[in-house]
Amino acid sequence: MGEHLHKAVQALQERFNATVSEFRDEVSVFLLPDQIVEACKALRDEFEFEMLEDETAVDYWPEETPRFHIVYHIYSYKHNERICLRVPLNGNSPSIPTIEGVYPNANWYEREVWDMFGIHYEGHSDLRRILMPHDWEGHPLRKDYPLGHEEIMFSFNFDEINARKRYATE
Amino acid sequence: MGVEQKLGNMGIVTAKLEDVVNWARTKAMWPMLFGLACCAIEMMAAQAANYDMSRFGMELMRASPRQSDLMIVAGRVSRKMAPVLRRLYDQMPDPKWVIAMGDCSSCGGVFNNYAIVPGVDEVVPVDVYVAGCPPRPEGLIHGILTLHEKVRGQKLPDWA
Repeated sequence: MGEHLHKAVQALQERFNATVSEFRDEVSVFLLPDQIVEACKALRDEFEFEMLEDETAVDYWPEETPRFHIVYHIYSYKHNERICLRVPLNGNSPSIPTIEGVYPNANWYEREVWDMFGIHYEGHSDLRRILMPHDWEGHPLRKDYPLGHEEIMFSFNFDEINARKRYATE
Repeated sequence: MGVEQKLGNMGIVTAKLEDVVNWARTKAMWPMLFGLACCAIEMMAAQAANYDMSRFGMELMRASPRQSDLMIVAGRVSRKMAPVLRRLYDQMPDPKWVIAMGDCSSCGGVFNNYAIVPGVDEVVPVDVYVAGCPPRPEGLIHGILTLHEKVRGQKLPDWA
């Protein structure tokens, strides 16, 4: 861990009582949902982490009980260092404050996370689906979302599927 | 055995209307300039100098559905793209044909998930399926010639 990054991580630890894990020189700081906006503000304003590189989510269902982790990768141009913030979220319709006010490009990332994982962002200015059609039901990257929609035709089940398949007409 | 031998002195040739119309349709079947994924690369290769689809009267890829006769669905169709594809198809004037190029548009190919339509025949009626992932230009041209064969076999009542 670089010196500057160490300072930033230490500050987060002290202010937010956060736990830190390090794996192959990558630092993850675990935070609570109501701390994330303050943490991002501190990183941006005090520690020169200017850029939100990525914001995404992970679904650990059914292995772990805080089902979702929201992951923020934040980068400092000046110090060439990256920090990863993680926020575990429980429940099937979780919500978390938006960090759009700190990093404006979080807008589309959060729309994507909403679209794919169904995580609600409080205070987001425009929380719509971004990838899936607007009338889509469900959130496809959740682990309990069913895989295929239709059975695939092979030669052994062609006749059976062909009999009920609805072909398009003129 | 060219036309000139049949002409005789009168400058007249007789043929069935079906044959003439089908001949005209197969010799100038303009495809739509429209690719969805990697199959479109092979479609471009089929159009380019080495394979040269213009040998079969397809030198013009029309960028407008209103000027095209043939839709080559080149690539996987996502569920978000499906209504757009259908709309393009609806805008094409009759008579119109569809070739499902490659495994993805024929049957879903390697994809079995929420995002990809398993077979474009659920969206538009398909005349010829071309297998391959992606099919080589020869494969596409074979599909086109198969379609030409189908069109040549069409009868007068089919048009109505």
